[in-house]
Formats: sequence, C-alpha cells, structure tokens
Amino acid sequence: MIFLTRKAEFSSAHYYWNDAWSPEENQRVFGKCANRNGHGHNYTLEVTVAGEIDPVSGFVVDLKQLKDILEREVVSVYDHRHLNLEVPEFKTAIPTTENIAIAIWQRLDNKIPNAKLHRVRVYEMPDLFADYYGEP
Amino acid sequence: MKVHLNRRYHFSASHRLHNDAYDSDRNRAVFGKCNNPHGHGHNYTVQITLSGKVDPSTGMVCNLADLDAFAQKNLLSRFDHTNLNTLDAFANRVSTTENLSIEIYRIFQNFPAAHLERVHIEETSNNSFDYAGATPPQPGTT
Repeated sequence: MIFLTRKAEFSSAHYYWNDAWSPEENQRVFGKCANRNGHGHNYTLEVTVAGEIDPVSGFVVDLKQLKDILEREVVSVYDHRHLNLEVPEFKTAIPTTENIAIAIWQRLDNKIPNAKLHRVRVYEMPDLFADYYGEP
Repeated sequence: MKVHLNRRYHFSASHRLHNDAYDSDRNRAVFGKCNNPHGHGHNYTVQITLSGKVDPSTGMVCNLADLDAFAQKNLLSRFDHTNLNTLDAFANRVSTTENLSIEIYRIFQNFPAAHLERVHIEETSNNSFDYAGATPPQPGTT
C-alpha cells in the first residue's frame, strides 16, 4: 500500500453565521468571522489516496487524472466563489475548515479510480488546517 | 462526523542539554554543542492535533478562540522567550524536544473542548518530534 498526496489551491470568501441564533450570539461565538460582508482565504487542499502500485505504469493513480478530478469536483466549484452564497453544501452547513474538509471528502469519495481516498486535509492558513478521514 | 483540527503555535526559547549526573566530559560527549554552558535557542513550532465531532450549530470541532486562549495562557506565556532549563518542567529532566513534546502533550490533555490526538514540535526545519501518548501515530497523519 502506497499513500500518494496531491495538492490543489483555491481562493474563496466565506462567513460564519448560524441563522438559528441572534446576531449577538453569532458575534459572541464567531467573532470577526461573523462579519456578514464576508472575508476570504487562500486555501490549500491536500488529498491523500491509498492504493497498490500498478506494475505496468508504476503509478498508484495517474497524477494528471487526479489533478483533473480535483479541478472538476472541487476547484472549479470553490475557487473565486463565496462559499456561503454560491456552493450548495454550505447553504446549510457553516463553511468552517472542518466542514470544508468533510464536503470535499464527499465530493471525491468513489471518484478516484484504482485508489481509496485516505485523507482530505484543508489548510485555511499555514497555522490552521483540518483533516478528515471519512470517519462517522 | 469526526474531524482532526490542527493548529500551529510559535515560540522562541533557549535551552542547554545537560545532565547533572554526568561529569563535564560525558555531558560534552553525549550532548555535543547542545551542552554549551551558555545555552542556545530555537524558534519552536508546536502543532496541536485535536479531534472531535463537528458541532452542527457551529461547524467546529471546538472554538478556535478558546483553543488560542488556552494556548496563550498555558503554552506561550509560559514558554515564549524563556530559558527552558529554568522552568519547573525541566528541573529534573533534560530539556530535549522529546521531553518538551511530552510536557506540551500533558498541558493540552487538559484542554476541555476536544480530544488531544498528537503534539508535533519542530525544533528546527530539519528536526521534528511527535508524541501521541500511548497511541502510535497513524501513517500519513503528520
């Protein structure tokens, strides 16, 4: 079993807000992230897949193919978008780094041929990142 | 759903690797230039990995502001711009980054809002250390 990791980047806007709460409660819990005009980040995505090496190609997965899947399933949907307003899964879920990692897992799961999705790591910034391993 | 949250903190400190039970020749032989009597220092990066279920009302494993406040009080204010050898934690232990990892793990075990998975410390860009308590790190998780 070999683990292979591919990076991708996207830049998006978001804010944190729970409609069930008062503006004061949102401000208390989310602080400056609750600014309704939004703010943004340069996100770095690291997708790790696990698989066996194909003896013919020497690949676990074709990196170009993996790059194209990340582009189609994630980057083209998230990049230069407002996550709350333009990405369907964040109509209901707050676009925290944790929820972005889960959402990207759900977008990629079973889409990568010949390999198993092992980990989705999302960096909101170099000092803050979330990992999702598909755990319930 | 269970997610791992990783937060990195930075502090600068001096230390000296030295064991009072050894004579000076043996200290020098074991610890090399790290035994310099005047000490030396590093910019440490501490990476804390916490896990927990994502709270649907916040989208978070834990509130980052709470974690940062905990780290400020219990990590940065105690370690930043100090000489590690003068701290209680290293009164009877060599101030290696291995021992520092265990001490910082012990500190973050008391963070109440999420489960501590692992402490990863970069002493320099070439040296890093991981401590996960009794549980060994999983492949591809650092």
